[in-house]
Amino acid sequence: MAASSLSDSDKRKNMPLEYTTEEGDLRIVGFWIFMASDLVLFSTLFATYLILQGSIGNGPSAKDLFEIGPVMAETIVLLVSSFTCGLGTLELRRHNTKGLIFWFVVTLILGLIFLGLEINEFYVYSVQEGAPIHLSAFLSGFYILLGTHGAHVTLGIFWVICIVIQLAQRGVTPVTARKAFMAGLYWHFLDVVWIFIYTAVYLTGMVI
Amino acid sequence: MIENIKAFLGDFFVTGDPMIYGADVSIALASIAIVVTLTYFKKWRWLWDEWLTTVDHKKIGIMYIIAALLMLFRGGVDAILMRTQLALPNMNFLDADHYNQIFTTHGTIMIIFVAMPFIFGLMNIAVPLQIGARDVAYPYLNALSFWLFFFGAMLFNLSFVIGGSPDAGWTAYAPYAGPELNPSSVGQNYYYIGVQISGIGSLMTGINFLVTIAKMRAPGMTLFKMPMFTWSILITSLIIIFAFPTFTVTLALGLFDHLLGTHFFTIGGGGSPMLWANLFWFWGHPEVYIVLLPVFGIFSEVIATFAHKTLFGYATMVCSMVAISILSFLTWLHHFFTMGNTAPVNAFFSLSTMLIAIPTGVKIFNWLFTLNKGRIEFTTPMLWALAFIPNFTIGGVTGVMLAMAPADYQYHNSMFLIAHFHSTLIAGTVFGVFCGLHYWWPKMFGYLLNEKLGKWSFWVFMISFNVCFMPMYFLGLMGMTRRMYTYPAGLGWGPVNFIITIGAFGMGVGFVIMAWNIVWSAIKGKRDTTGDPWGGRTLEWSIPSPAPEYNFAHIPKVTTRDAFAAMKEDKKRGREQKPKPFEPIHMPNNSGIPFIMSALFFVAGFGFVFKWYWMGIPGLIGVAICMIARSFVYDDHHHIPTDEIERTERATGRLS
Repeated sequence: MAASSLSDSDKRKNMPLEYTTEEGDLRIVGFWIFMASDLVLFSTLFATYLILQGSIGNGPSAKDLFEIGPVMAETIVLLVSSFTCGLGTLELRRHNTKGLIFWFVVTLILGLIFLGLEINEFYVYSVQEGAPIHLSAFLSGFYILLGTHGAHVTLGIFWVICIVIQLAQRGVTPVTARKAFMAGLYWHFLDVVWIFIYTAVYLTGMVI
Repeated sequence: MIENIKAFLGDFFVTGDPMIYGADVSIALASIAIVVTLTYFKKWRWLWDEWLTTVDHKKIGIMYIIAALLMLFRGGVDAILMRTQLALPNMNFLDADHYNQIFTTHGTIMIIFVAMPFIFGLMNIAVPLQIGARDVAYPYLNALSFWLFFFGAMLFNLSFVIGGSPDAGWTAYAPYAGPELNPSSVGQNYYYIGVQISGIGSLMTGINFLVTIAKMRAPGMTLFKMPMFTWSILITSLIIIFAFPTFTVTLALGLFDHLLGTHFFTIGGGGSPMLWANLFWFWGHPEVYIVLLPVFGIFSEVIATFAHKTLFGYATMVCSMVAISILSFLTWLHHFFTMGNTAPVNAFFSLSTMLIAIPTGVKIFNWLFTLNKGRIEFTTPMLWALAFIPNFTIGGVTGVMLAMAPADYQYHNSMFLIAHFHSTLIAGTVFGVFCGLHYWWPKMFGYLLNEKLGKWSFWVFMISFNVCFMPMYFLGLMGMTRRMYTYPAGLGWGPVNFIITIGAFGMGVGFVIMAWNIVWSAIKGKRDTTGDPWGGRTLEWSIPSPAPEYNFAHIPKVTTRDAFAAMKEDKKRGREQKPKPFEPIHMPNNSGIPFIMSALFFVAGFGFVFKWYWMGIPGLIGVAICMIARSFVYDDHHHIPTDEIERTERATGRLS
């Protein structure tokens, strides 16, 4: 843990705040690796979905079910939230606690709106359109893939709330900076996954 | 009302079998004994402070190994029950259902709850010491990994007495494991959830050790100066990171088929039972190398140490492990050649499987060349390592036979296959972890295991292993298939089965001698006062045994491979470095959260097994609360002052 030599800590001084301690550096590296493994998790779900996409049993097909309106709304909200999250990271670089908290709160609100839209979409499909999760393999794959992404967003919301409280308590320190930075990475990661969902699920589902 | 309660309890507890009642009684007695002993000796506080909340990689390693040995006992008893049932034709020792449950738990326990934790235990103990680090990258996460494994294993084992065990084999193939053919779900849910909980821990261990090895090596230790065991763990960690998330998803989807009525692997509703086989083995085949590469690392250390030579072909050892790790992701389909794939698909996987023999063969020859012209010392760990080479090679050669897709139609699901994978997993993984256990035991506890008893346990176990599995190849070729709970007389299988059963009991005897050795040596074992009982070559032998809390008082500077051998050489020539003053050492604080959080996972898991959402969901909320609580912990480390370091070092004779 305390293996860092003097030259090492000198080098760290000129780095962004979250990298100034060896511990922060270690945890950020580990978080990248965690995201790589999470990517494998989503890849498995995507593969499963794409294999089962045509197995509609007695249920509706993707073309019958999906509507472009709510999907576009979800996409725009999530992409904008990724942008505001990025603005938060910019404020972090300026060591501006208030700016960081402001943009994180905006991100949180957008995240909640996204979740609300997604839950509403699930409700419309499963109750109003009569296509619940246990009707066919295609629907199982769809709900579980999107549900896993939604669960990640939910977890992210709780995490960012914790970080906002800690930022308010402690301001920007090497530790809170590291946490805020990692939460930002996570949020962008979920955005990337959504882009693949948009393409692989909705776009191919509605066009092909 | 009373009738209802009776009916519920009758379903809840497994009833009607004297062996189960025996297990109930022994579980109750063991629990009472533990509670009474701890209370009588006033050890609760000690248990909590020193073990349950520890984040020290050495203690976590010891706990992993204790748990793995206990699970090995359970899995071994399963094996002996099965072999007793098969010893003679038309036996009535176990009925068909019970037999199915026992081969399922045997397989699952041996792979997930013995092989993995045993290896995790050894790597926890050795890797930070080998790279000159004071702990792993994330000590708190390491504790969480262990407790998730532990509670996952406990949940799975509970199925034996509460609710009933899974019976679909450790591979849990759909559709048999699915809700259509397994409508009670309880046993299968135990499998999905118990394995899932410990699997999350395994994934975190993979990330932890990758970062530890990548970022925390002592100054001067470049990648190609790392000890071979550390290399094997680095590559294993990468395999874990890319294989385990698939398993996480696979288990979750299987569980959803039961809990939510989804149609992933079902027959109806458009589900695809074949998808389970593909997803399972996409994790399952890399898993084979997750439990094999680390023991290749152990053998490399032990053979070099006891041949008193540097390891032959270091670079090719590394390259072949990298090659194996890549190929391991390209062979999964060879587990189901017979499930109706097209010929080109079978041909591809046949070739990719045979390719693995090349890097493995390179490693075998490297070990042989390391032995060549060495001064070989036949210690117990060395015996395990030497026995590994021929015994494992037999498993490898029969593996190439199985890899030929057309021939596999003959071997598939026969006892030949069973003999093959036991030849690799016992002669590889089991010999390897026993080898590592004897080798690193003095570093863990400060005394050596008895050599005489060690050699007895080795010879009994190794010979019995061959008595057990050599005839099994022929039994397979004679037509006996796996997972048969009995067979009629007159097929000529009886005598062979009887010999196999003798071998199985012999392995049990070997294990008992080893357990006796552990007890005997704890009382009378030879103390290791030097910290270097074997004439070791790597950094873990440069510090006292058992290693102090902070491992290294000074972080060593590494200039070459076999760093400690070089240091000893320097010392002989009088080029020793002058001791520097101590500096306070930064250490992580203990935490109770990993234990509590994993216990809540257990509660949640138990709830979901029985579809008791009133229990499962609050359990998960509890887990979330633990995570939030941890997020607010800022006071998470302390410093060991220099005078305490000085005292510790003086007590071990490191300061004059």
